[in-house]
Amino acid sequence: MPQAAYSLTELMAVAAAREIADGEVVFAGTGLPMLASMLAQRTHAPNCCLIFEAGTAASQLAHLPMSVGDPRVMRGAAMAAGLHEVFAYVLQAGRVDVGFLSGAQVDRFGNINSTAIGADPRHPKVRFSGSGGACDIACLARRTVIIARHEKRRFPENVDYITSPGWLRGGASRQEAGLRWGGPAAVVTTRGLMRFRPDTHAMYLASYHPGLTAPDVAAETGFALAIDEAAETPVPTAEELRILREVVDPERVFLQ
Amino acid sequence: MADKLTSLTAAAALIPDGASLSLGGFTTQRHPMALAYELVRLRRRNLYLIGHSPGGDWDALIGAGCVKRVELAYEADEAFNTVGPRWRRAVERGQIEWEDYSNFAMVTRFAAGAMGLPFLPLRSLLGSDVLAQEALSPEQRAADARTPVKKAAVVESPFHPGERVVLVPAIHTEFAVIHVQKASPQGTVRIEGQTFADVQQALCADVVIVTAEQIVDDAELRREPERNPLPYFAVQHVCHVPWGAHPYAVYNCYDYDPRQLKRYHESAEDDAAFAQYLDEFIYRPADQAGYLAAIGGAARLDELRADPAFGYRPDLKRRRLD
Repeated sequence: MPQAAYSLTELMAVAAAREIADGEVVFAGTGLPMLASMLAQRTHAPNCCLIFEAGTAASQLAHLPMSVGDPRVMRGAAMAAGLHEVFAYVLQAGRVDVGFLSGAQVDRFGNINSTAIGADPRHPKVRFSGSGGACDIACLARRTVIIARHEKRRFPENVDYITSPGWLRGGASRQEAGLRWGGPAAVVTTRGLMRFRPDTHAMYLASYHPGLTAPDVAAETGFALAIDEAAETPVPTAEELRILREVVDPERVFLQ
Repeated sequence: MADKLTSLTAAAALIPDGASLSLGGFTTQRHPMALAYELVRLRRRNLYLIGHSPGGDWDALIGAGCVKRVELAYEADEAFNTVGPRWRRAVERGQIEWEDYSNFAMVTRFAAGAMGLPFLPLRSLLGSDVLAQEALSPEQRAADARTPVKKAAVVESPFHPGERVVLVPAIHTEFAVIHVQKASPQGTVRIEGQTFADVQQALCADVVIVTAEQIVDDAELRREPERNPLPYFAVQHVCHVPWGAHPYAVYNCYDYDPRQLKRYHESAEDDAAFAQYLDEFIYRPADQAGYLAAIGGAARLDELRADPAFGYRPDLKRRRLD
């Protein structure tokens, strides 16, 4: 079969979708995670269930939402309530299998900053939106998948502010902080896909996107990134691209 | 039962300078925008805003200089704009006092206040700087008795030693304003779709103002009490405010207005353009009717009206707007 042309957003959406297994409960945010979850539902994971923090469970989206509180998330939902119900009874109770996160900075242990840039948090140089539900998803989902732009300054040795705890300082530090489960499983970026060592929880390169090499990706990372096991990221299939373009996002809300 | 109907202007005038206030809704949905704009028009100062995920309601109030201190988890319009432009500037310029929490922490705090408890535990925040760092200094906390003396506390469960939870302090505000689809003159409230944290926000406030798209008979709402999340005695004032959340969405009523949001976001990136935006859409129009005329009137609003089969506008153009 000839290889179809695809965009970087499409490649990332497909890579993220493949992180979702059938039957899983997915806590999805706006943007790429929604593309990924909707694609997964229409391919290998028809029974995955989407939770939106503003108060719905198991939406059957007909149109891409711009917000997790968008009227569009009401479509076909099995339950509509509020933030407290979703956070307390679904997320905190341990019912979320995989949560999606993103941020301005990601460090080698998958800690994420979406609050502010600058050494002094009381006088930040650049201010972002803040945690929203990100910190809660990072603490309480059974595992998380991180979506990020891959640039050296965005992948520093240490993030300026831990909005969303990953593996903290590696090893058993997450558990020692009192978090009973969870932690990042994968990082899907504009350059590749990273995973974490089972013991040290340090990030390593699992795959680099077509057109790049493993050393290219390491050179754009602000900490030492092991690359010896990296292979090329599998490209989207023609069927995945068709579903993304014709079914998931025909309006081109997020697809580029 | 008392009739609680009042005008939007009279309700807004109840909220004085320096008041603590929470506004309902979530990012791009169901914020009481008409009331927020009225507070801007009244040139309120030193407001203390407490919320979880506000959007342009707070951004306009902050940008117009109405706000002194905030406690929040997030301020942005999600996929429309990833950070509130005036919120970002106010922090970077040191013009505002703030404290960061997460959404779960903030709704737990509202829930504690709503239940009359001093605090509640949660299992989130552990290991994060949301827990470890306080943006408000001890002096700033001490300067306002409404701010808890500390942000959060980690304790061990007295029932299962070794298990750690985070205690977060209850929220109590002087005012809460929520915008809903339907309310009766007596204050029975119907919220359709996601409720966000409106119920908890209302129940931890001294004075609750409900602005509603539609005023309906109390008896009609009482036919399905399971759909009414707030008892009438928790509500002090009811205002009839059609299109009261514009440019944001109200499920089953209308969609968000991508053109007006774009205009706001572009203007709010620049001080002079933002001042002009306030003048054109808030100060010069004398009231909500004037605002609706300024944004394009009935012709624009008709384009946003929800399709009853969906509760939103399926054909709404959201990207590549001219």
